[in-house]
Order: sequence, then structure tokens, then C-alpha cells
Amino acid sequence: MAFEGLSERLQKAFSGLRRKGKVTESDVRDSMREIRLALLEADVNFGVVKEFVKNVREKAVGAEVLESLSPAQQIIKIVNDELTATMGEAAVPLNKSPHIPTIIMMVGLQGAGKTTTVGKLSKRLIQQEKARPLLIAADVYRPAAIDQLQVVGKSVGVPVFEMGTDTDPREIVRQGLAQAALQHNDYVIIDTAGRLQIDEKLMTELADIKEIAHPNEILLVVDSMTGQAATDVAKGFDERLDITGVVLTKLDGDTRGGAALSIRKVTGKPIKFIGQGEKMDSLDVFYPDRMANRILGMGDMLTLIDKAQQNFDEKQATEMADKIKENTFDFNDFLDQMAQVQNMGPMEDIMKMIPGMANNPALKNFKMDPKDIAHMKAIVYSMTPAEREQPDLLNPSRRRRLAAGSGRPIVEVNRMIKQFNASKKMMSQMYKGNFQGMEGLMGGGVKGRLGKMAMNSMIKKQKKNKKKRLKHAKNFKS
Amino acid sequence: MGLFDRIKKAFTGEPETPETEKYDAGLEKSRTTFSERLNALFANFRTVDEDFFDDLEEMLIEADVGFQTAVDLTDSLREEVKLKNVKKPQEVAQVTVQKLVDLYGEAGEHEDNTLHYAEEGPTVFLFVGVNGAGKTTTVGKLAHQLKDEGKSVLLAACDTFRAGAIEQLQEWGRRDGVPVVAKEAGSDPASVVFDAVKQAKADNVDVLLVDTAGRLQNKVNLMKELDKIKRVIVRELPEAPQEVLLVLDATTGQNALSQAKQFNETTDISGIVLTKLDGTGKGGIVLAIRNELHVPVKLAGLGEGMDDLQVFDPTKFAYGLFKGLIDDPEK
Repeated sequence: MAFEGLSERLQKAFSGLRRKGKVTESDVRDSMREIRLALLEADVNFGVVKEFVKNVREKAVGAEVLESLSPAQQIIKIVNDELTATMGEAAVPLNKSPHIPTIIMMVGLQGAGKTTTVGKLSKRLIQQEKARPLLIAADVYRPAAIDQLQVVGKSVGVPVFEMGTDTDPREIVRQGLAQAALQHNDYVIIDTAGRLQIDEKLMTELADIKEIAHPNEILLVVDSMTGQAATDVAKGFDERLDITGVVLTKLDGDTRGGAALSIRKVTGKPIKFIGQGEKMDSLDVFYPDRMANRILGMGDMLTLIDKAQQNFDEKQATEMADKIKENTFDFNDFLDQMAQVQNMGPMEDIMKMIPGMANNPALKNFKMDPKDIAHMKAIVYSMTPAEREQPDLLNPSRRRRLAAGSGRPIVEVNRMIKQFNASKKMMSQMYKGNFQGMEGLMGGGVKGRLGKMAMNSMIKKQKKNKKKRLKHAKNFKS
Repeated sequence: MGLFDRIKKAFTGEPETPETEKYDAGLEKSRTTFSERLNALFANFRTVDEDFFDDLEEMLIEADVGFQTAVDLTDSLREEVKLKNVKKPQEVAQVTVQKLVDLYGEAGEHEDNTLHYAEEGPTVFLFVGVNGAGKTTTVGKLAHQLKDEGKSVLLAACDTFRAGAIEQLQEWGRRDGVPVVAKEAGSDPASVVFDAVKQAKADNVDVLLVDTAGRLQNKVNLMKELDKIKRVIVRELPEAPQEVLLVLDATTGQNALSQAKQFNETTDISGIVLTKLDGTGKGGIVLAIRNELHVPVKLAGLGEGMDDLQVFDPTKFAYGLFKGLIDDPEK
């Protein structure tokens, strides 16, 4: 199949390009060609493509690349945004007359789906507004067109006004409107014959009908499979009749539907409805974003981009959490701290070096027996990783398990946890660089300052170790 | 002798036949637009650069020569221009047209544009296509022409789905004076075709034209229904259908490819009927069909009248399409 979504095209164009922080001039040049071809392949009119690509180019140059989006994805995003914007507002309602009846006129080429759309629209109006429409059969040319409208009218329970095929459509419309006035119908839908926009005689007939009926809504019905001709058709009808809206039919097929973009761009008129099925209730409101996806065949890519965006947010969230983690004190840090302390030499000597340390109430019970440290380590090692990171988990049952695991009495486990909590409180203060209340601890003067420096370096080292550990854990997980 | 030379000779040689004139008239808009545009493009550029090729590519696509054809053609021209170091657009002009014509000629080398009829017994033509392509109208017009040729014709109304479709065909039958086999709306189209084939055999009708409901090619169940219709025909008449004709709206864009491919998978189409060709303004679609679909166009709808369905002659068509292009550079 010749069809290839824009996503694949762009990715091909970008393969070999390294990821960059910005979309560069050359990225844009390559991708613009792909976008051009993708749009043309989707049947968007070449003139419309030209202008569209120009707009995208202006927006794309120098656009900051979102983290976690490749330049290709970034450009797809720009294209999609632009496409959606061009496609116009979503769900434009029908124009309504201030007093009944609201008159709707359907026009279009042969075989676009006017009569079917009349039926679908009637059904919609009946269901949503309990309307009582009257259909006027003004197609006197095509064999059995009136029969078709009558069958359609019957299936949705709507009366059809017809005068056979020998009366002039203008006269049919005139009398049809008179009957609608008599019956107080709130909607009148005129089904006209399909015609070429270059057929002077038939276009004049439409203009005359417009003059007679003063419709509130002239809907141009267009086959969504239409190719480059879509602009000519839309322009032809719009210039002559000043249409008020567009209905795009047969979208349940596998067409890309580039005609939608062409028509929208050429006429500036909203696409009000889309037909996507053979049943009478398959008339839907038009959503520009869905149509944009369809034209470029990049639905998957957009989902991916959305996901990347989400991942990006998630990444930020985990980074935030990491930061918080780095600034908390858990049993891992406690182990680390003890290891550091052990490395410095016999505990008593160290304590002596730090003036006032012995006076610290928090460390009063911190007995400096090397065996003590080994015991404490044994208790921490008996913890699950979760318990080490979240000390609050340690309920009595878990503590009993720790005691059994490390071969220490439960009292010791409890004491260790108490010591840990004291340590934690102090450390969290120090992490924040807050030595308040600890001035006395360090002593004054040069000695005090030296002590502070030693303390700082210890904290720094600990932080570094912690970062390393977290990183390692993450790598291990992924 | 290549198609290019043949067309070129046509300008200098024999006078135009009435049929060629009819093509001319029907494609008046197509031809002028296509050749005018191409000439305008060549006049617009002083040098041959990237912009020129972009514009050429767009012009070709706009003329509906088909996306792939346009890209391939432009790419090969790019190469050639680089090799020969051509600077002037006028020099490219001649090559472009020649390439276009030759491409069209080559792709159509073994193309058979005639309708085939059974040697004995009824001939069956099956018409398939998407909604609103013009199947019923084509059947109606063709029935009229076959009748005029003195053939006995029977129509089968197998579009039992769309509102008013049966009545539409019956109306054509009345106008043409041709019998129509029909059942009530909503009945199984395969049973209609069964009855029609039986009647065609009993009455020894020359041609049976089978009109089917429009269906989008991606609707699996509807395509299966079509398959069943064809199976019934083959079962009753092993030689039939002689032609399976895909009715294609000439204004259709790239979706035509998908239509041809998927209808071909189900029913093995033997030819294309190109309808509404008078309205497109760009005859280029015929090139696209030939180059990309590789299915011969057998009939072309050039207007609303009963006689406006033409047996398609590719050379005459090309003659009309390239008329303004081939003699111009020589002036």
C-alpha cells in the first residue's frame, strides 16, 4: 500500500540525525518535504499544502524540543497542532431561524450522499430536538431520486413533499415551503439534484432556489474520498451560493480525507457533520483533532508523544522524590555513617577529638564498643530493603523478627531504633546546614570551626555515598 | 513507434476523426487545464532548481496524474537534469512531456481496453464500486447503447440495500426498453443474481448487466456479499462474468488505489469505468490509473446524457490530453 503515515515518513527523514536540543534548519528542510508529500498523498490540495507547510516551517524553526521528544516527534506535534487549528472549531451547531421553519438546503456533486445525509440529519433532529421536519424532493433529474427520498423519509418517519419529475424544482420548493408553513413544520430540508459546479444552468437553478427559500443553512455535501478536485468543487459552490457549512460523507471508508482540509481552507466554512456509515443514525459531529490524526495517519505517534510527555512528568516526579530521599535519613545512611565512623579509627578517640560531643544528649547512649557497631549492623542487615528506607514500618512484630534475625535481644533492637531516631533528627538538621543549637557541641573559636568543617565534610561524603547508592539501585531495577 | 511519436504525427498528419472530436469536447476542460498549467509552469521559471521540481511535482499531483507517478517522474527528471547539466526549463519541458507520454504508453503496452463478450450464451458484466460512484447510471447508459447496437439486454437489480436503488434501475429499464430482474428491497442480492442468470439463460439474452450496491472497500462483510454474488454467477455460467467493472468516480483521490486493490482481491476486476470525467478538469487521473493501478479503463462517462458513456480509447485520450503540449515547444 502506498499509504504511509507521516510518522513513518518523518522518522525515516530523521533516522541518522542525532538527538539535538533544538530543531535545526536542516531538520526542518528535510521534514517539510516529508510533510508536503504526506499531505499530498492524503489528497490535500496542493495549494493548501503549500501554505500549510509554510506556516509549519515558521513555527518549527527554533522550536524548543521538549525533553524526551525526538525532533521528529516534535515536528509531528507542531504539524498536528497546526492541522487541528486549521481544521477549525469542533461541533459547530446548525444555524437556526429565529422563527420556524429553519430551512436547510443540501447541495453537492452527484453521488456525494445528499439524500442519505438528509435522512440522517432528519433522524438526528427528531432524536435531539423532537423536531417535525418536512423534506422537499427537488431532484427531478436523476431517475428514482424522489423514490429514494421517500424511502428514506419513511424509514425515519418524516413526510416528503414531492411533485413528480415534471415540475421545475423552483416551483417544487415554493409549494413545499407553503405546505411547511401550513403544517407548522419546524425544519424544512431541501434535497437538490447532484450537479457539477461548472454546470451553469443547474447552478443558476440552485441560486434561484436559494433566492426563493432564503435557507438558514446551505450544506455542501462532499465525498471524503475526493482528491485534488475538492477545492474546485468547494470554491465553485461557495462562490455561487455562499454555503454555510460542509458535510463530509463516507468517512467510514479507508480514505485519509485530506479533502476536509482543502475545503476548510478554501471556503473557511465549518465542517458541521460527518457521515460514517450506512445506517440512518451514523451522522456525527465533526472533531478537528480526530480528522487531523486521520489525514496524517499519525494517531499512534501522537499517543506515543502523549506518553513521552507523561514519562517526562514522571521523570520529574521521580527526580523530586530522589531529592527528598537524598535529604532523608534512613537505616542505609545509618549503616553508612557507622561504616565511616569505623573507618576513622577507634570510636573513643574520635569522640575525644570532637569537643563537647560527649555532652550531646542524643548520643549519650551511643556506646563506643566496636562490637556494639557490629551488633547494630547485624540488626540493620536483618531488615528488608523497604524497612531500611522507611523506618516507620518497624512495628513490634517486625522488631521481634529483627531480634531473631540478628541474634540480639529485643531490648537491643529497640534501643538501636531509638538511637537511630535521635541520629536522624540531628542529621536532618545538619543536612539543611542548620547547626543551630549545636554551636556548643562544636565549641567556639578555631577548634569549633574546624569541628564544623569536619562535620560538613562527613555529611558531604555521606550524601555522595547515598547518591551513588540510589543510582545503583535504580540501575539495578531497570 | 512510441506513443509520443504517434501523437506527434497525428498533429502533422491526418485530419481528426469525429470520435476524436467528441473526446476533445468531453475533455475540453481537462485538456486546457493540464497543458496550460504545464506550459505556464515552464514559462514561470528561468532556472531549473529545487523549487522548479517542487512546483512541477505539485503541478503533476494537482493534475491528478497520481501521487506515485508524480514523485517518480520528478525524481527521474532530477537525475537526468543533473547528468546532462540542463539549465533552461524549456529544455526540461520537452523531456517532461516525452517522459510523461512514454510512461503512459509503456504502462499501457499490453493493455486491453475492449469489452469482452461471450462467444455463445449470455455475456455477464458485473458492476462494482463504492457508494455514489455512478454504477446504476453506468448500467443504464450502457444498456441503452447495447440496445442500440441491436443486442438484447437484461438488467439485474442487485442493489437491494440503498433506498430507491431498485426503482432507479427500473426507471432506466423503462427508458431503455430493457427488462429488469428485481426483488423487493432488502432481499439477498445473490438470489436476485441467481434469478437474473436463470432468466438470461432461458431467454437467451445477449448481455446481462448486474448492478450491485455501493460498498466501501474496507467493509469486510459487504465485500463477502460481493464475492457471493460473483460465485453464484460463476456457478451458473462458468465462463461468466466476462467483465467485472469497477466504477470509479474521476474526482476520487488516492483512495482510488485502495478501491482498485481491494475490489480486485474480492472480485478480480477486469476493467474500470471512469465516471464524471467531464467534471474533474484534470484528465490526469487516467494516467494515474494506468501507472499505478494497472487496470485498463474500458468505459468513460463524459456527461449526463444517455450517449455520454464512451468506450475508452487510450490513444485518443492521450491525444486530447497532451495536445497543447507536444506541438507547443516546436513553435
